[in-house]
Amino acid sequence: MTDQGPGADKNSNRQEVFISPTGAPMNVVQMAEGPQPQDFEVSLESLNQWQIAWRRFKRHRLAVVGTGIFGVMILLAIFGPIIWPYDRLALKPVTHSGGNPPGWMQNPRTLADPFGTDNGGRSVFILTVNGARLSMLIGIGTTVIAVTIGVVVGSFAGFFGGRIDGLLMRFVDFMLTIPFLFVILVMARFFGAGDPIVLTLIFGLLFWPGLARLVRALFLSLREQDFVQAARAVGVSDTRITFRHILPNALGPIIVSATLLVASAIVTEAFVSFLNFGLKATDLSWGNALASSQQYQIVGNWWWAFFPGMAIALTVTAINFMGDGLRDALDPRSRE
Amino acid sequence: MTFETSEPAAPAADQPVVPVAPPPSPSVPATGAAVGRPPTSEVPLVEVEGLVKYYPIMGGFLRRHVGDVKAVDGVSFWVNRGEVLGLVGESGCGKSTLGKTLIQLTPPTAGLAKLDGEPIFGKKGKDLKKLRRRMQIIFQDPVGSLNPRMPISDIIGEGLLAQADAENRWGDRKVRDKRVGDYLDAVGLRRDYTRRYPHEFSGGQRQRIGIARALALSPDFLICDEPVSALDVSIQSQILNLLLDLRREFDLTYLFIAHNLSVVQYISDRVGVMYLGKLVELAEVEELYRRPRHPYSVALLSAVPDANPRVRKKRLVLTGDVPSPAAPPSGCHFHTRCWLYEQLGQPEVCTTADPEFRDIGDGHLVACHWAEKVPTAVVASAVPTAEVTTDTVAMPAAGIPAAPPIDAGPPTEEATASGT
Repeated sequence: MTDQGPGADKNSNRQEVFISPTGAPMNVVQMAEGPQPQDFEVSLESLNQWQIAWRRFKRHRLAVVGTGIFGVMILLAIFGPIIWPYDRLALKPVTHSGGNPPGWMQNPRTLADPFGTDNGGRSVFILTVNGARLSMLIGIGTTVIAVTIGVVVGSFAGFFGGRIDGLLMRFVDFMLTIPFLFVILVMARFFGAGDPIVLTLIFGLLFWPGLARLVRALFLSLREQDFVQAARAVGVSDTRITFRHILPNALGPIIVSATLLVASAIVTEAFVSFLNFGLKATDLSWGNALASSQQYQIVGNWWWAFFPGMAIALTVTAINFMGDGLRDALDPRSRE
Repeated sequence: MTFETSEPAAPAADQPVVPVAPPPSPSVPATGAAVGRPPTSEVPLVEVEGLVKYYPIMGGFLRRHVGDVKAVDGVSFWVNRGEVLGLVGESGCGKSTLGKTLIQLTPPTAGLAKLDGEPIFGKKGKDLKKLRRRMQIIFQDPVGSLNPRMPISDIIGEGLLAQADAENRWGDRKVRDKRVGDYLDAVGLRRDYTRRYPHEFSGGQRQRIGIARALALSPDFLICDEPVSALDVSIQSQILNLLLDLRREFDLTYLFIAHNLSVVQYISDRVGVMYLGKLVELAEVEELYRRPRHPYSVALLSAVPDANPRVRKKRLVLTGDVPSPAAPPSGCHFHTRCWLYEQLGQPEVCTTADPEFRDIGDGHLVACHWAEKVPTAVVASAVPTAEVTTDTVAMPAAGIPAAPPIDAGPPTEEATASGT
C-alpha cells in the first residue's frame, strides 16, 4: 500500500499511483509535473450521431435499394398523374372481354399499354400510376397521425408515470382489444364512405396504440439513464429534458416503426378498398384497382390485378427494407 | 408531477407511508448534530442524520404495498469542509442510493440532511435549482452519463444555461462557451473539443467531461458515485489524481463512493463502511485500515489482496449471501454472517438489539455491540498494517509484530474453512 498518509500533504505531490489488477495501489512511476499524455486524435472531422447513422445506412445495400424504390414511388405519386393523366371517360374499344392484355404480349416492340387495359380499354399502367397518389397519401397521412398521437400519449405516460401512466396504458390496452377490421368497416361506412381523408383519419386513430407503447417504454428506460439524471442534477427543466435528452434518443426506434406503419397503412387501405369498404369506386388507388379487377379474374385477365398488386408489394417491401436499414443504422449499440 | 416526485416503482399518490418526521432507526438519537461528531470541530459542510430511503414493493392483485426494499436504513454522518469522505460497501448495500438521495435525484423516505447548515430535503422549484449549484454528482458509467446526441459544449454548458441569471450571464452564449472551455482546460482536455460528440472520446476522457460538467456550476460538494470503477486501471489513477488536484484548485469537498478499498484508501481522509443500508463503521482512513473495529470491516479488509507476495494474510471469508434488503435480519443486520457472533457463542443481543452507532474514541464510530472484543490478533493477521506491507523485507525475524503466521488462532478457522 502507499507510503503516503492521508491528509493535506497528499495534495501537494502529484503521484502516479498504479492500482494493480489485484486492487492494491502501488507507486510505480513518479510522473513529471505537467500535462498527462493525451490520447491520439483519430478522426479528422467530427461526425454527429446522424452522420454516423447515415454512413451505416449506406452500407446496408438492401435498405439503399428500398429507399430508392420508395423515392421513385413518391415521385411517381407526385408527378405521375401530371404526365399520364387518367380520364375515366376516355373509353376505347377492347378486343378481349374485360380488357386487352399488355401490348408487348402481341408485339414485343410496342410501348402501348404495357400493363394491359381494363374493361373500358383504359391503360392499367395509367391506373397504377394514378393510384399511387392516394395509396401513398393514405400511407403517409396515417403514419403522421398515428406517430403524433402515439408520441404524445406515450411520452405523457412514460414521463409522468404513476396514475397517468396507468390510465393511459389501460386506454391503449382497450384500443388494442377493439376488433380492428370491424371498426374500419363500420366507421368507413358511417362517416361518408370513400372519403380518403376520413379513411386516413380512421387509420391514424386506430394505428397509434402500438407506437404509444413503444414510446412509453423508451421514456421509462431513458429517464433512468445517467445522462438524464445528470441533467436533472444540474437543474435542467423537465421540458428541456424531454425535448433535448429523451426524445432525440428515442427517435431511432420511432422512425423505424413509423416507416413500417406506412407499409401497413398501404396494405390496409388496399384490402379495405378491395372489400369495397374503402375508397369510392371512382377514386383511383391500388386497392381499388384490385377491387374492380376482381370480377374479371375469371376470364383470365391477370394483368389488371397483377400490376397494381405488384406496386403494393414492391412499395411495402421497399419500405420494410428501409425500416430494417434504419433500425440497424440508428441503433447506438451497433458501432460500424 | 415532475421527475422529482415520481417514483418509478409506485404510483406517487399512495406512497407507502413511512412518516417523514421520526427516523425509524433506534440507533439514531434525535439530537441536532450528526452522531458522534466532536462538538469542538467547526460546522461540517454536510450533515446527514437518520437518512432513510425505502423503495416500496408492490404486489398482489391490486398492487398493494406489501413491503419495502430498505436501501438506506437510517444513516448518519457528516463531511467536513475540504475533506474526502470515502464510502465503501458491497454491491447493493445502498451506497449509490445514499448518494442519489443526497443529491435529490430521488426523494428520501425520512431523515435530515444539511448543506452548510441549510436543509437539503423538501426543496422545490427555484430553491432546489439554487441548491443544485452547490452540490453536484459524477457518475460511474462514462458512456451512459453523456447524452450521445449532444456535443460536449452543450453537455457541459447545459447546467450553466439552466442556472443562468442576470448576475452570472451564463445565458450569453459567449460567456457560457468561455466557461465551458475553462473547465475543459481544468480537467485536462483541449478547449477546442467542444463541438465533438461523446463517442469520439475514450473512457477516461469521457469521465473528465462528466467531471467538467459537475464543476462548471462551481459546487462546494461533489458526490463521486464510483467514478473510477468503469475505467481501465491505468486511467483510474489519472482520474483520482485529477480529482485530488481539483479539490485543491476549487476548494471542493467529496463524498467518494466506491467498492475498491484501495482506491478509497488512496483518496479519502475518512472512510465509512456500509452494510445492508446501514453505516457500520466510520473513522479516519488510517485508523480504519489499521484498526478496523467492526467485524464486517475486518472481513472486508482481509479480502484486499496485497501487492507484496511475501505478506501472508489470513482471509476472513464470509459465508452466505447478503440478506435481502427487503427483509433484513433482526437486531444487528450483520449477525447472520458475523464471525465474531459465532466466536462469542451467538450472544442474544446481536439478534435482538440494533447496535448503536457509537464513538469508541477519537471519532472512530462503530455499530457493533462487541466492537471492543474484536480480537487484535485476528485484525492483525487479516489486515497487515501499512508499515509492514510497505516494508520490502517482511522478514519474520525482523521482529515485526504484524503479519504473523497463517494460524492466527481458532476463531477464524471456522469462517475460512466453511468459505473454501
